[in-house]
Amino acid sequence: MLKHAVSDVWQWLDAVPDPEIPVISLVDLGIIRDVAWDEDVLVVKVTPTYSGCPATTVINLDIENALRERGVKNLRLERQLSPAWTTDWLTDNGRAKLERYGIAPPQAAGGPERCPHCGDTHLERISQFGSTPCKAQWRCKSCLEPFDYFKCI
Amino acid sequence: MEVTDALQQFATRMGDNTLILGHRVSEWCGHAPVLEEDIALANTALDLIGQTQFWLGLAAEIQDEGKSADDIAFLRDVWDFRNLLLLELPNDDFGRTLMRQFLFDAWQSIHLPRLALSSDPRVAAIAEKASKEVAYHVERSADTVVGLGDGSAESHKRMQAALDYLWPYVGEIFDTDEVDDVLSEAGIVTHPSSLKGEYYALIERVLTKATLSIPEDPFAHKGGRSGFRHTEHLGHILVEMQWLQRAYPGSKW
Ligand SMILES: [Zn+2]
Repeated sequence: MLKHAVSDVWQWLDAVPDPEIPVISLVDLGIIRDVAWDEDVLVVKVTPTYSGCPATTVINLDIENALRERGVKNLRLERQLSPAWTTDWLTDNGRAKLERYGIAPPQAAGGPERCPHCGDTHLERISQFGSTPCKAQWRCKSCLEPFDYFKCI
Repeated sequence: MEVTDALQQFATRMGDNTLILGHRVSEWCGHAPVLEEDIALANTALDLIGQTQFWLGLAAEIQDEGKSADDIAFLRDVWDFRNLLLLELPNDDFGRTLMRQFLFDAWQSIHLPRLALSSDPRVAAIAEKASKEVAYHVERSADTVVGLGDGSAESHKRMQAALDYLWPYVGEIFDTDEVDDVLSEAGIVTHPSSLKGEYYALIERVLTKATLSIPEDPFAHKGGRSGFRHTEHLGHILVEMQWLQRAYPGSKW
């Protein structure tokens, strides 16, 4: 039986978009924790971003579809809770893609560094939560545009 | 009492707490005073329901009767629930909802980081995950309690009324029994009684900042955590939460 190279699998997963923020991939998001063969079964370990993130089911389905399309027959998805997901696992590429899309990437300081629209640093928080569990709402005091901030956890 | 039985009971208590509060908070969806609060409450409820899946999933795994977290959530009746009475009380106004959220978040924010050090890796993993979410929740609920308590005359009055109403339900957090003794002995949990001082110090600090007075009566309602006696409100929650599985057993989306 053909065993696809693990590096190929990573590449395929890097082409699977996050269902809620489709500009970044599941690999960019840092939720794919491991890809390995267990005898003739491909095991992909996935960690949830937030416990109740409704996208989790869709993400698992998308992974399965993407890998089946590539000819992977025996596949097992495992949920890995620990170590808990942190926004530190977002790739640099992912952070850059978020900002280009209009979502300020997470900062250790707890708030966005600059407005993703105009780059100004005079900002205010509108709400601690946003349209998805991973985001908060902020506003730029210079261009007055509201924007999403990817929460730092 | 065997450690496995105690652990199953513990996981059920943890899961029932987040399930019942998650359901209560979700009742605000589409009804909150402003859009941002509506979104915040819905997201908090989501986190709580997600944590429920982990805890009740663990309870089911230990029970080893082929049941799922969903079976446990939807196919038990009132007397099998082990949540704190505090969490099944009706929402009433926004102030009482946020006061209850704070009183529970504060407990979780102290309790979960300790559980993350559990000798049982399953408990540790769930607690590690949940404690990050709870740290975010308590920041918001504490800020809101301070904002409303130290707010207008009307908001202050309502927050004080909320605290007075909820206070007799806080003491149940520390109504411990053999489950806590057995598990803390085994290094699986930190005994709640050892966290009591820290908890009251935290809520006192926030409530003082909110210009609210803590009631002096130490009376505490009990019975949810042990399953001895719930309030009449739990049955009403279950009717709404479980009717679909009761009417169409085993149905799936
Ligand atoms: Zn701007």
